[in-house]
Amino acid sequence: MLELLQEIKGTLRRNMIRTIATGFAVVSGLFLLIVLQGAGNGVIHSFQYNMGSFAFDAVHVFGGRTTKPWEGIKEGRLIRLDDRDLYMSRHHFPHQITNAIPTVTQDGMVASFGSHYVSSSSMVGVYPEYAASQAVEMLEGRFINIMDIAEKRKVCVLGANSCKDLFKEEGSPIGRKVKLGGILYTVVGKYKTDEMFSGSKFYVPYTTLCTIYNRGRFIDELTMNIKNIPTDSAMEQFMDEYTRATSYIHSFDPEDNRALWIWNQAGDNIQMNRAMSILNKAFWILGLLTLLSGVVSVSNIMLISVKERTREFGIRRAIGARPWNIISMVVLESVVITAIFGYIGMLLGIFFCEWMNATVGNQVMDLGVFQAKYFVDPTVDLHICFQATIVIIIAGALAGFFPARKAVKVKTIDALRA
Amino acid sequence: MIQLTNIHKTYQGAQPLHVLKGIDLHIGKGEFVAIMGASGSGKSTLLNILGILDDYDEGEYRLDGTLIRNLSETKAADYRNRMIGFIFQSFNLISFKDAMENVALPLFYQGINRRKRNQLAMEYLEKVGLTEWAHHMPNELSGGQKQRVAIARALITQPRIILADEPTGALDSKTSLEVMQLLKKLHEQGMTIIVVTHESGVAYQAEKIVHIKDGQIENVELNDGSKKSPFGVNGVMK
Repeated sequence: MLELLQEIKGTLRRNMIRTIATGFAVVSGLFLLIVLQGAGNGVIHSFQYNMGSFAFDAVHVFGGRTTKPWEGIKEGRLIRLDDRDLYMSRHHFPHQITNAIPTVTQDGMVASFGSHYVSSSSMVGVYPEYAASQAVEMLEGRFINIMDIAEKRKVCVLGANSCKDLFKEEGSPIGRKVKLGGILYTVVGKYKTDEMFSGSKFYVPYTTLCTIYNRGRFIDELTMNIKNIPTDSAMEQFMDEYTRATSYIHSFDPEDNRALWIWNQAGDNIQMNRAMSILNKAFWILGLLTLLSGVVSVSNIMLISVKERTREFGIRRAIGARPWNIISMVVLESVVITAIFGYIGMLLGIFFCEWMNATVGNQVMDLGVFQAKYFVDPTVDLHICFQATIVIIIAGALAGFFPARKAVKVKTIDALRA
Repeated sequence: MIQLTNIHKTYQGAQPLHVLKGIDLHIGKGEFVAIMGASGSGKSTLLNILGILDDYDEGEYRLDGTLIRNLSETKAADYRNRMIGFIFQSFNLISFKDAMENVALPLFYQGINRRKRNQLAMEYLEKVGLTEWAHHMPNELSGGQKQRVAIARALITQPRIILADEPTGALDSKTSLEVMQLLKKLHEQGMTIIVVTHESGVAYQAEKIVHIKDGQIENVELNDGSKKSPFGVNGVMK
């Protein structure tokens, strides 16, 4: 084997142009595959990055106004969600709804600290589960906890943006008192606000808000996490069933689609996932076509090179090379070329992806109202790189094998005359 | 060493061509035989059969007692490697290997390691007087040198017979003379040599000349030395 490799090394080195021509096909095929994959991943990752602070399985339900008469009641009636809807959501759809949390909101508040203020803020009364359900990411301190709820504490959790406006970078906000709607609340935590959707929400304990603003059993928003709904049509069916269940509680026409407001983040997510998977497939198809073109070039060059070497093979056979010696030599040559150059192509591709990552990957697009990255982590899974390399090596081996087998079927004496 | 009995060979084609029509020939160990004939007489076909490069249709060929018939390519390759040394008109050196590597190549197919191969190759190159040219590529060698490299390559496996197909066909008369003298020297050392040629000057260097005409042996002539002169005088061939 070692002897054979030495023999091949000699052949490849002395036939440099042929070797490099074959190698170039391999290098470009793998390089392009990896760069395309990396670019595709960059776009997909940037979607994910910019949507990062969304809870992908959340559905929000609000009360609406009826548009159809029902059982003797005129249209135009306001529907307000209450504890019966919460009960229904928690118990009627055990397979789809994993979590249902009520929130109450007091809009149009002014938050102030000394002479600084933030207008048109909303106070949102929440339960502790809200943080996990809505992917609220804490930067400092804690979220509302169960003791806050039980004792109806006047505490609040504010967003990083409001924090900046109120305290002007002066140390930690934790423990300071912020005035909201004329009442002082102690800041217990700061959460991450994302760049795309600004707004100032102050989270306070659900029970605190209910008591101060005398909400009784009414709920402004039901936030649910859903599961087991893989398709758009399943989502639509679930929504219809949910609306029907609510219509029994509040006596409205189940066909009335304005009586309930449903904001379906989860449904949007299904569509986005599909868009990403289409994008992903498109990049794969492009990549595989480049790889295929690499395979075709390698096959082509091997085919021609074997044909060109008929006489050399004739000489080798005349002085005692068995047919198998010839075939294994050609196949191994091909494998050595594709392995070495495949590795080079793979490395170049990976370096290029890293370069993209270091340059374009860090650029931030500033759209005024929000900022977004449009190319995040444009890199490729190393497994995919190796698999692609192995594919091209196998293709190279086959591309050597078949012409070589054909070449040794020619009679030695005819090969010598070629 | 070589025993041919009633060898027939027909090339199949649109018009089948009966090339060898019953060849009976015995060549003993250590003989130097020339096969002569006009082109198309079947002499090259006969050499190809002797060299196991081609198969025959009828008859029997024994090489050193071994029946050579319907061999697989693998078996044929092994016999060629161990029993036969070839010298071709067009040298048939591998262009991207230097002289030493070309000489060593048959040993590669015997599985001998590189150091040993190259060492032996250098010994044989020395025998043909090309030590200094060992690391030259074939295109840097003259015709005569190339043929001497080919001879060294033929010898390196210590074959039973040397088959030379028009060994001087591509050489000028002076180098032809050198090559033939080299072959004669090998003969004197006991090698069995068969040369196919249509040049009488080359043929009359041999001890025995087999004349072939139309696929049959016309006569076998023992060389008494009387006709050697055309080759010997002033190195003029033919």
